[in-house]
Amino acid sequence: MTDQQQADLRKDEIEAGTTTGLASPSVDVTSDRQNSLWSDAWVALKRNPFFWIGAVLTVVFTVMAIVPQLFARGQDPRACDLANSRGLPSAEHWFGYDVQGCDYLATVVYGARNSLIIGIFAVVVILVLGVAVGAIAGYFGGVTDGVLSRIADIFYALPLILGALVLLRVGPETSIPIINSRGPGAVALALALFGWMTAMRLVRSQVIAVRNSDYVAAARAMGAGNTRILVRHILPNAVAPVLVYTTITIGVIIAAEATLTYLGVGLQRPAFSWGLQIEAGQDAIRSAPHLVLFPSIVLTLTVMAFILMGDALRDALDPRQRA
Amino acid sequence: MSEPSESTGATAVSGSNGASARGPLGETLLEMRDLQKHFPLTQGIVFKRTIGHVRAVDGVNMTLRRGETVGLVGESGCGKSTVSKLLVALEKPTGGTIRYKGTDVASMSGRALKQYRREVQIIFQDPYSSLNPRMTVGDIVAEGWSVHSDIAPRKDRLKRTQELLDRVGLNPDYVNRYPHQFSGGQRQRIGIARALALRPEVIVCDEPVSALDVSVQAQVVNLLEDLQDDFGLSYLFIAHDLSVVRHISDRVSVMYLGSIVEEGTDEQVYTTPSHPYTQALLSSVPLHEPHLRGQKDRILLQGDVPSPADPPSGCRFRTRCWKAQDICATEAPALVDRGQGHPAACHFAEARTVVPVEID
Amino acid sequence: MSQSQTDPTTRRATAGGQLLEVEDLHVEFRQRSGVVNAVNGISYSLAEGETLAILGESGSGKSVSAQAIMGILDVPPAVIQGAIRFEGRDLLAMSAEEQRQVRGPGISMIFQDALSSLNPVYSVGWQIGEMFRVHQGASRKEAKRKAVELMDRVRIPAAAKRVDDYPHQFSGGMRQRVMIAMTIALDPRILIADEPTTALDVTVQAQVMDLLKDLQRETGMGLILITHDLGVVNEVADNVAVMYAGRIVERGTVDDVFTDAGHPYTEGLMASVPQVEAKGGRLQPIVGQPPNLAAIPSGCPFHPRCAHRRLGADAAPGRECSIDVPPLRQVVPGREAACHYSEEVLGVRAV
Repeated sequence: MTDQQQADLRKDEIEAGTTTGLASPSVDVTSDRQNSLWSDAWVALKRNPFFWIGAVLTVVFTVMAIVPQLFARGQDPRACDLANSRGLPSAEHWFGYDVQGCDYLATVVYGARNSLIIGIFAVVVILVLGVAVGAIAGYFGGVTDGVLSRIADIFYALPLILGALVLLRVGPETSIPIINSRGPGAVALALALFGWMTAMRLVRSQVIAVRNSDYVAAARAMGAGNTRILVRHILPNAVAPVLVYTTITIGVIIAAEATLTYLGVGLQRPAFSWGLQIEAGQDAIRSAPHLVLFPSIVLTLTVMAFILMGDALRDALDPRQRA
Repeated sequence: MSEPSESTGATAVSGSNGASARGPLGETLLEMRDLQKHFPLTQGIVFKRTIGHVRAVDGVNMTLRRGETVGLVGESGCGKSTVSKLLVALEKPTGGTIRYKGTDVASMSGRALKQYRREVQIIFQDPYSSLNPRMTVGDIVAEGWSVHSDIAPRKDRLKRTQELLDRVGLNPDYVNRYPHQFSGGQRQRIGIARALALRPEVIVCDEPVSALDVSVQAQVVNLLEDLQDDFGLSYLFIAHDLSVVRHISDRVSVMYLGSIVEEGTDEQVYTTPSHPYTQALLSSVPLHEPHLRGQKDRILLQGDVPSPADPPSGCRFRTRCWKAQDICATEAPALVDRGQGHPAACHFAEARTVVPVEID
Repeated sequence: MSQSQTDPTTRRATAGGQLLEVEDLHVEFRQRSGVVNAVNGISYSLAEGETLAILGESGSGKSVSAQAIMGILDVPPAVIQGAIRFEGRDLLAMSAEEQRQVRGPGISMIFQDALSSLNPVYSVGWQIGEMFRVHQGASRKEAKRKAVELMDRVRIPAAAKRVDDYPHQFSGGMRQRVMIAMTIALDPRILIADEPTTALDVTVQAQVMDLLKDLQRETGMGLILITHDLGVVNEVADNVAVMYAGRIVERGTVDDVFTDAGHPYTEGLMASVPQVEAKGGRLQPIVGQPPNLAAIPSGCPFHPRCAHRRLGADAAPGRECSIDVPPLRQVVPGREAACHYSEEVLGVRAV
């Protein structure tokens, strides 16, 4: 029995009738319109302030990634003066200077593009791979599941960083597009390829639980096909936990990118990324803590923005969570 | 308190769905002959080895005619739920046949199977897990129409859904609500509306009231009876509650360890049970009348039900039977009438009254 | 409310003092969404050797009241008021530690779901023996010997061989027996059985109920049987208390209550349940849904579903069903019902 079922039973035991909502309509009753999960979810999202906080932050960082000039206060991150090396923040230069004496605000702002590309691209790949493989494995079961799950196990055996390291080492010598580019796309793809398994496991276990439910049996008994059952019944019930997991993963990915840089296979100067900056700043953490502090703050804010949105979306997609 | 109306409502579900538009009463709709379902027992993860079979259903013979209710009783693990899954083609039989209006269901494919699935619907036991928590009641009831789009044109669907909700005793304004906002009994009504939406001929009711509160069970039983009268439905009513089965059924089959041990009208099976298992089963049902207490013949069975992976030879019941002889271990008794007026699968079938008859 | 429950008319009543007295027990759950009033002032008592059935549907408060007696409710969110006197001592007035010492050996409880009440990673013998090791300081060997004894006592076949088996190796009925063995290990004075046979098949249910009755005869313990099954109540209990919306609405001997119900809810329950003795005509269900415990109807909580209710000008003064809460009162000797018009329901002329 799932936790939800037990919660349902408990509800019947202790508060039978309390949530039938018969006396207090919480859903708009209209005679000419039929709501669906998605339209109701959108209404719920619009009412959730955390969603809007997350959305505004996301928009801000996205604009920063596209047109960093707007945020750099007129400074060029490549116009550096070693005399200013490790300069502390001031009214003129809010974030101070980095080791090379470049304006650190501009440096951090210009880092948004690569960091976001890596984080979002990797997570989209993780989400697509995880949901697709997990759904297929969980839904069809049997040999399909056995083979796909063992493949996932093999990837599990390779540590994320080690796998990405090897791939990025040999990547440039191959002719595979993106992978051979040495750019943020290659980093993202390398990290996603070795980081999708947990998402797949999450989806798979959810799909197995939902697949055996009576409402899927009912749909099949009325003649619904596999596609319909997957899209209408299984995925809406299976993606919610994955959404939360993947939003958190964005932070993990951006941090992993920094490690790859340290190992010499990720982005290298003169590229800008938050991971690079945090990595470089660690050497000077005692004398110039602001070098770690500022990129860490923007990274945290970015991850928080995605988590807020992911959380809000999960709640919106669960009718039981709606007020 | 705005309760859903308990009345059956004035707006009948549109469409020529009444009994008159269908075939004659008494026509054979479903016929199961020596139906078998064996589930393989496997070991290993990628490369599975079969190490045996669970004989969940092992030789079931039943007939369902138009307009009647056949009760199927048995204890947990006897295979009655597997029978329901076989009937709605969620599982494929290992052996034997299910004929629907004369056609073997196993041979159906494409359009014929789709039509069969439309005409034979199912209602589940658990009102919590049988409704998708992320779909509105309207979407749940109307789902069948997106598969069988010829039943209801798209623009009529909302109206039809509301008519159906009204018909099963729910407020039609609740189309946009989600299952968690309803109580168990109301959810079961939603499940019934979903089955009705396809205008089925047969509804397989798999323990439809056993998860409900006592006072709500009667509401759902009455609703099922009303719907049967209005739409000429035929029910296969699967339950472990002998009282409910007696109340609703015209004929009753008793199942033990994968096969039918006794079959007859409700009167025959309940007042003159002839198979020892039926007798033991009936004698265990607690009675509700204080003055009948202690009057019935209590038969306490020994031991547990054997594993369906390794059923006893000959008669399945012989390991717990007080009448067992040598022949029971060697020869499986056929389900035939041995002079009791109805068939029982026992070499030593003998009518015996175990439930005191109420004399008013 | 009167506490003299050992009525002379009690069927199969045994001599002996009151083991348990529950007085004006209230349990509410304070939740974010509001206060859920699960139990609203119930009083009853249980004598030695007596079987009291508490009959009700889900949400009637029958299980919550038993959990309050057992002290297994989380406080908060639960708020418990009233008195629960076990052998004369009020449990609710004691410290948690004292309560534990009194309850531990004195009151036991078995639950509906035996599988989830047993730990899957320990053998059943170990789990039964734990009672002796923890409470009596028995050695492992001694505990195991006693476990086998107990398994024999609850008639688990080949107990000595099965003592090292794990819960999943037992059938549902056998697991319930293991649970019973654990609860009677310390010779409790009171056994509370919360839907002990609901998850079991009817043939197994009969065996388990027989076992409970036999154990009761041997030990003289008081048995509180919480159930929704009218048949089980009729076959097993001496007295019955019918609960609705957290209140006791009717109380009396099983013979009296089942022969002629004095509360419209009890009457409705009887009429809505099909019987195995006869096919019967159309069932007469109780209309509507059980009440919302966060918003219990005013006056008599059953009035929105009641066939006998009298509202407005039809009602006698002070007995308007939607305004005046009916007290649990004696209607005829030995019978109490919480209904303004119980005499009409019973078909007795008002005194």
